[in-house]
Amino acid sequence: MVTNNIEEYKGVYVFAQQVDNEISGIALELLGKGKELAAKLETEVTAVLIGYNVKNLADKLAEYGADKVIVVDDPELEVYRTEPYAHALSSVINKYKPDIVLVGATAIGRDLGPTVSARVATGLTADCTVLEIGDFPLVAVPGQEQKHNQLLMTRPAFGGNTIATIACPNNRPQMATVRPGVMQKIEPIAGAKAVVEEYNPGFTSNNKYVTIKEVVKAVSDTVDIMDAKVLVSGGRGVGSAENFKILEDLAEVMGGTVSCSRAVVDSGWKPKDLQVGQTGKTVRPQIYFAIGISGAIQHVAGMEESDIIVAINKDEDAPIFDVADYGVVGDLNKIVPALTAALKAEKAAKNN
Amino acid sequence: MKIVVCIKQVPDTKGGVKFNPDGTLDRGAMLAIMNPDDKAGLEAALRLKDQYGAEVTVLTMGLPKAADVLREAIAMGADKGILVTDRVLGGADTWATSTTIAGALRNIDYDLIITGRQAIDGDTAQVGPQIAEHLGIPVISYAQDIKVEGDKVIVQRQYDDRYHVLEAKMPCLITALSELNEPRYMTPGGIFDACAAEITTWGRADLKDVDDSNLGLAGSPTKIAKASDKVRKGAGEKVAPESAEDAVAYIVGKFKEKHII
Repeated sequence: MVTNNIEEYKGVYVFAQQVDNEISGIALELLGKGKELAAKLETEVTAVLIGYNVKNLADKLAEYGADKVIVVDDPELEVYRTEPYAHALSSVINKYKPDIVLVGATAIGRDLGPTVSARVATGLTADCTVLEIGDFPLVAVPGQEQKHNQLLMTRPAFGGNTIATIACPNNRPQMATVRPGVMQKIEPIAGAKAVVEEYNPGFTSNNKYVTIKEVVKAVSDTVDIMDAKVLVSGGRGVGSAENFKILEDLAEVMGGTVSCSRAVVDSGWKPKDLQVGQTGKTVRPQIYFAIGISGAIQHVAGMEESDIIVAINKDEDAPIFDVADYGVVGDLNKIVPALTAALKAEKAAKNN
Repeated sequence: MKIVVCIKQVPDTKGGVKFNPDGTLDRGAMLAIMNPDDKAGLEAALRLKDQYGAEVTVLTMGLPKAADVLREAIAMGADKGILVTDRVLGGADTWATSTTIAGALRNIDYDLIITGRQAIDGDTAQVGPQIAEHLGIPVISYAQDIKVEGDKVIVQRQYDDRYHVLEAKMPCLITALSELNEPRYMTPGGIFDACAAEITTWGRADLKDVDDSNLGLAGSPTKIAKASDKVRKGAGEKVAPESAEDAVAYIVGKFKEKHII
């Protein structure tokens, strides 16, 4: 299976995910990366905004780097469902023929991306952490055409133990999903405007339209752990939901927030939106405290890009020490409160 | 009701990751297991069978030894196993894999297809939705609860900060989260059945309505440019202080050194 007329496909397109008419952070991150890729390819970045009554969000996308915004606005698109969204995005792809399409590797994008890539018959690389423009093959091979200006997509696999760089040389668009928290947004340009174009391919209900009977939102007043500069993360070793109090105290004095490992969510001590790791969120704070976390690779995959990792664990063989910058073997119940007190004292001394 | 569960044999990355002396992954030393999300999907199917009565078929694509996970599934309570294996199908990416599995599924009657959300080796979460797309049936990904009412399924579909209760008319495809349930163990009778069970084996010729250009390595639009075992950031320092005070002094000292405080 090969796409004909590959040279007709131009431009970097970003699926501008919105939920409840609010642009998701990942969309802005993808625009930042898309702008960089577009500059290398001497082309433009287009945001594809899909929803109902969402046109007013186009200005924000412009401020974060979109040169153009294609708006697909229809009552069928009010709440995410696979089929109308897949129809919207694949119709945009078929009409505008983009060279590259980037989608967030969110619970929405990891459903929409595969469906759309299968519909438009191209490849999709999941959960990318690095996107670059380069040659495929990387090194010229005699007897094989080396294609230039290809999207090279790097992703972890095998629970984060291996990394692979993948290309999609013979099909268009080149599609990738990208994990939230990996790419950088640009500084917003106040007052920036994009060319806004509306496009509605028409939506007719068929067997693939499912019915939404209920939307149940988790009640959560916590900040998004992906935005935190300091994370105080607890694992099974914390021992109980109540004992997270000592982590919350440390987070407060550090101006950070509490996150956790999967074991903690499985035990019901903390909600899923605080979970770091392969099946949770990828975070890269300036400081990551891993407290009572053994450091299974699935956890490490979600936090190893943190600037500074401090681990406290009573088990000196815990794998978390293999990634920690500063590892302390000891009893978290004693060390954490003492550390909080000491940092409070430092703070007070500084303010005087 | 006829349910097909698609399962995959994967190396166990949980806790059992082994490295060679040079730091690369020692795949040979790792156990081959049924992918956890798939196992949850199988358990969901078996619960529907317990509740409403159903015929549960398990299907896998892989090397001949992947028949092991089919036998395990039969030992848990599945009725039939189908192995899709053929040299020309090897090296498939998610497009070619989903094309292959869809080609196999076109031979079977089904009301419901269940796959795991993702496999722990590739972690892509793509094959389930892509199978549904090839078959032209609705997909509900990330299921955390599955119920059947007449010819409809009622599914809780998980998102980051919410879930949707979705209703779809069968036939449809559901991808299962491992949070869905706690899979049952194999039973002694089941193990006996599994040993005696005949596994149906299909090759390329048994796939329906698929084109050779969409199969195997050659039919995969994504191509690997480079693969390597991940070079991890080396360990930093590790200290084992005598007292909590020493531990605190160490951390505070480091934070001062780095101008964090």
